[in-house]
Amino acid sequence: MARAPVVRVLEREWVVWRSLWRGSVFSAVVAPLLFLGAMGLGLGQLVKQGSGNVDGVTYLAFVTPGLMAASAVMQSAGESLWPVMAGVKWLGTYHAAVSTPVESADVYTGKLAWTGVRTVISASIFLVVATVLGGVTSPWGVLAIPATVLGALAIAAPLAAWAVLQESDGPFAVVMRIVIFPLFLFSGTFFPVSRLPNSIEWLVVFSPLWHAVELCRGATTGGAAGADTLPAVVAHVVVLLGFIGVGWCWGVRTFHRILTR
Amino acid sequence: MSLIRAEGLTKRFGDFVAVDGIDFEVAPGEAFGFLGPNGAGKTSTMRMIGCVSPITSGSLELFGLDASTSGPAIRSRLGSVPQEDSLDTELTVYDNLLIYGRYFDMPRAEIKQRADELLDFMQLKDRRNDRVDPLSGGMKRRLTIARALVNEPELLLLDEPTTGLDPQARHMLWERFYQLKRRGVTLVLTTHYMDEAEQLCDRLVIMDGGRIVAEGSPRELIARHSTREVVELRFPHGEARDAAVPRLSDSAARVEALPDRVLVYAHDGDEVAGVIDSLGIEVESMYPRRSTLEDVFLILTGRSLLEE
Repeated sequence: MARAPVVRVLEREWVVWRSLWRGSVFSAVVAPLLFLGAMGLGLGQLVKQGSGNVDGVTYLAFVTPGLMAASAVMQSAGESLWPVMAGVKWLGTYHAAVSTPVESADVYTGKLAWTGVRTVISASIFLVVATVLGGVTSPWGVLAIPATVLGALAIAAPLAAWAVLQESDGPFAVVMRIVIFPLFLFSGTFFPVSRLPNSIEWLVVFSPLWHAVELCRGATTGGAAGADTLPAVVAHVVVLLGFIGVGWCWGVRTFHRILTR
Repeated sequence: MSLIRAEGLTKRFGDFVAVDGIDFEVAPGEAFGFLGPNGAGKTSTMRMIGCVSPITSGSLELFGLDASTSGPAIRSRLGSVPQEDSLDTELTVYDNLLIYGRYFDMPRAEIKQRADELLDFMQLKDRRNDRVDPLSGGMKRRLTIARALVNEPELLLLDEPTTGLDPQARHMLWERFYQLKRRGVTLVLTTHYMDEAEQLCDRLVIMDGGRIVAEGSPRELIARHSTREVVELRFPHGEARDAAVPRLSDSAARVEALPDRVLVYAHDGDEVAGVIDSLGIEVESMYPRRSTLEDVFLILTGRSLLEE
């Protein structure tokens, strides 16, 4: 039986990663763990001496799910920008793909599927190490992996859809600085969003990362913090699926427009 | 039964008409060329044949299938060599073939066997496990061609296959294309090199401004539109040239005054040379040669193929 073209694209991403994974292992795994050490253990000691805990859990337990989702989102954002430019302009490998039975929508969807697979790998490693360090306090923590994948795709789908339209990578660094990096810092990753000024706190509903962090935090703390009720979990999942769905519809169009003109 | 049949084939980008209602047919086993300068619409035509770019109007069939509705089925039977190599340069030579073969859903074992044959055929065997990035331009080109052959296509599309390569690399590729043709692969290529068209094509169309201006075998086109021979003249200065052109018109079928030289078209070049001597026309150099497709293009369009 013929394999779906999306799977063939996914395999291409795997072959590329198999050769080049060493280059990404720092940003995907080592950097988040360093953050966890510095923030969770180092800063956590200060928090313990001050307020004792955050939202009812230790600072380590608070920041672990935040870092898990936030580093996956950062990683996926980068992956959805420069490699897309390489595929469509620098190398033109996307053009090579669509000259075979593979279609432009398969190229885009396969790329997203790979982001999902890759996020499962990095998030699992992070989760295991964080558990050993004491950052995960509930067996429900396993569910932080799918939550992280949803967050990664909610960023990757619209970003890749947009990236394929760009003439150069000039705007990419700007997007990383003014969109992704603020999301990384202010989506309830390192401190509760209730600490934000009231006038801007409501803005976090537009951050896919915040929804992913709430889900992860609910999972790793067993509902002690973060999304702690079923309706809250459903609401976050629906919003993330909305980001993915809208992004995907847009990306199918933009990839088609650019690759088959 | 034609392998490719196009009628009124048109491609528009907004208001710009890249391909303006062309008709052509390609028979199985043929080597068919699109010759024309940059911007003539060759690549747009090629992308439509490759079922990558949708046609704006007209009709296009390959293997008896409609290009607008059977894209993936058609693409599974052809090999495409684009102008830009589009290789995964950070991967090895073999991985590039593997990825591409998998796009066609070929089993790994079959890709491996096919890759070994193709790397041998394209003289890349020693580089099988090397990264693509440091390879020479000619080697990358050969790999792109090997990649296009991985699915054993019935039809190979070559868009400017030797542009940017040195003469030695070009001749090697021409020889390989000839071997493929002998094995029964249909070749469709675009080029702006008249020598490439003459070497490779059984039949070709000359394109200019999105239209086909002439069609036939290289010999037919030269016989129909040009004379058998041409004498290229260079003059020491502009006045000598301007004085000579009207005096030559009587003894030649046609005289073309280009910025750097004058072309005198005649059946017999030596006869023209004799006339020039007897008229006492002052020339810097005189070079009689056979007519080429370049002359056909110049006569049909008033411009040179290599003009931008």
